[in-house]
Amino acid sequence: MSIDTKTAGRVAKLARIKVEEADLPALAQEFTNILGFIEQLNEVDVEGVEPMTSVTPQRLYCRNDAVTDGDQQAAVLANAPDAREGFFAVPMVVE
Amino acid sequence: MLDKTFETPKPKVIAGAKHDWELVIGLEVHAQVTSKAKLFSGASTQFGAEPNSNVAFVDAGMPGMLPVINEECVAQAVRTGLGLKAQINTFSAFDRKNYFYPDLPQGYQISQLYHPIVGEGEVFVELGDGTARLVRIERIHLEQDAGKSVHDMDPNNSFVDLNRTGVALMEIVSRPDIRGPEEAAAYVTKLRQIMQYLGTCDGNMQNGSLRADVNVSVCRPGDYEKYQATQDFSHLGTRCEIKNMNSMRFMQAAIDFEAHRQIAILEDGGEVTQETRLYDADKNETRSMRSKEEAHDYRYFPCPDLLPLEIEQEWINDLAAQLPELPDAKKYRFINEFGLSNYDANVLTAETQNASYFEKVAQGRDGKVAANWVINELFGRMKKDDVTIANCPVTPDQLGGVIDLIASGEISGKIAKDLFEIVYTEGGNPAEIVESRGMKQVTDTGAIEAAVDQIIADNPAQVEKAKQNPKLAGWFVGQVIKATGGKANPQVVNQIVAAKLAL
Repeated sequence: MSIDTKTAGRVAKLARIKVEEADLPALAQEFTNILGFIEQLNEVDVEGVEPMTSVTPQRLYCRNDAVTDGDQQAAVLANAPDAREGFFAVPMVVE
Repeated sequence: MLDKTFETPKPKVIAGAKHDWELVIGLEVHAQVTSKAKLFSGASTQFGAEPNSNVAFVDAGMPGMLPVINEECVAQAVRTGLGLKAQINTFSAFDRKNYFYPDLPQGYQISQLYHPIVGEGEVFVELGDGTARLVRIERIHLEQDAGKSVHDMDPNNSFVDLNRTGVALMEIVSRPDIRGPEEAAAYVTKLRQIMQYLGTCDGNMQNGSLRADVNVSVCRPGDYEKYQATQDFSHLGTRCEIKNMNSMRFMQAAIDFEAHRQIAILEDGGEVTQETRLYDADKNETRSMRSKEEAHDYRYFPCPDLLPLEIEQEWINDLAAQLPELPDAKKYRFINEFGLSNYDANVLTAETQNASYFEKVAQGRDGKVAANWVINELFGRMKKDDVTIANCPVTPDQLGGVIDLIASGEISGKIAKDLFEIVYTEGGNPAEIVESRGMKQVTDTGAIEAAVDQIIADNPAQVEKAKQNPKLAGWFVGQVIKATGGKANPQVVNQIVAAKLAL
C-alpha cells in the first residue's frame, strides 16, 4: 500500500503538525515504508490467537471513588501562555 | 409485573408541499455519572467550583500522566445497564477518539468504541395518551467528558475551565425507534427517571449532567415498516445529528425544525447531506457545524494506557441484587397494592422521593385517599410555594394524621383542608390542633337541632318556600353548617333539617 502526498498532508493536518509542502513526498514515503512493514506482519497466521494486551499477566488496576487530587489551580495554569481569572485564555473559538 | 400489551403511538406525520412524511429519530444521551471523583483521576466532580480547581494533571493532559480507572464509575455504568435490562459485557476496552479542541487538553477523548461495557437493552416509554413504545438501546459506553469554554468574558479570547474534563459520562445510544418530538422527550424523561432512581446520574439538564445528540431523518409512510422488517437502513432517509440538546423543549423544537428543513430539501429535488448541526434557540433553526466536518476523522485506536476492563459476573450479580425498585415496578405495585389509577401512579412515581413520601402516608391507610391528599392538596400547595418534597414543611406522619381524623369522623373533609393549611404553615400535631382549636365535627344531635331551630325561626319565609319546593332544604343545611363553623356533620344536619321541616 502506498501513501500519496495528499494523504500525508491530511494526516499531518489532523495531527496539527505543520509540514512544508516540499517535505510531503518524503513523509509520504516514510508512511509507505511503515505500512509496508505492517503488511509484512499481516502475513503471519494469527488464526485463533487472542490479541495480547499486556506482556505481563495483569488486570486493569482500579481506584476507589475518593477525591485525592486537584485543588491546584495555580499549578495547572502555570504553563499556560495566557491565563486570566482562573481560566486558560485561548484564541476565540466559536461555532 | 409490567404489562407490555400496549398500543404503540402513531408516528408523527408532517404534510409537505407534495407528500406526507414521517420522522425517524435516534438519540445519543450523554449522562454524567454520579461519583465523587473523575473517571480516570482523583479530582473532584463537584459542579460550580472555582475554574480549574478540580483538575488533576491527568485531566490537564500533562505529559507522562497515566489514567487509573475509578471502580465506582464502572459500577454506575453496570447499574444503569441493569436498569435498562441490558447485556452487561464482562470484557470491555477503551479507545482513543482523536480530535483537537481547547477544552480537550489530551488531544483525544478516552471512550469505548469497539467494546462497550453495556450492550443491548430496552426502555419502556409511555406517552400521555395511554400508548407506549419499547425503545431499543443499542449500547452504553463509558467515556470522559470535555471541559467548558466560556466565550463572553473577553472579545478576543475564549476562556477554558477544565473542571468538567475527565468526569465520567455514559453515552446511551438508542436504536432509531423514536417517531416524533414528543416521543423523544418522553424517552429522555424516562431514561432520566430510571437513572435518578438508580442514583447513577442526577439528570440535571440545566447543569449539563444530561445532554442529548439527536439523529433525525425523514421518510415516506411505509418506508419505516420496510426498515423494521429487514433492519436495512437504506429504507430510511439520510440523517443529520443535532448536537448537545440540554432542554426538552428546545430538543422538540429542534427536531421539528430539522424535519421541516429536510422535507423542503427533498421536495425540491435535493439530497440531505449527512452532517452535524447545532440548534440556535434564539432563531429556532439548526445550522451546519462545518468546523466539525473536516475533523470528523477521529482515527480511533485502542488506548495504550489502559488494559481491557474485565469484570466478574459475580460482581455484576451483587450490583443487580442491590438495585432499588425501578419506576415501572414501583408504578405497577402502586396500582396493584394501593388501587391507584394509572395517572395517579405515574404522578407519584415520577420522582423517587415523592414515591417514598406517598408510601409512608399510604401505609395502613386507604391508598386512594392518601394519593388524593398527596397529589391534590400537598403537591398543589407545594407548587404554589415552589417547594419540593425535600423541604416540604409537612411530614408524612402529619399528613397521615389529618387523613386519620377524617377517617374516624372527627373532622369533616372541609375542616380537614383548613387543618392541613394550619399544619402546612404553622406545623404541629393534627389531632392536638383539632382538640385545642375546637375543630371537631359536631355529631351531637342536640347542638345541631338547636342550630336548625334557630335558622328556621329566623327565616319563616324560606320555610314556606321549602314546603312548596323540598329542594330548598339544601339551603337550610348550608346555613346550619355555616353557623357551626363547618363543624356540623352534614349527614346528621340533613336528617334533622328534613325532620324539622317535615319534608
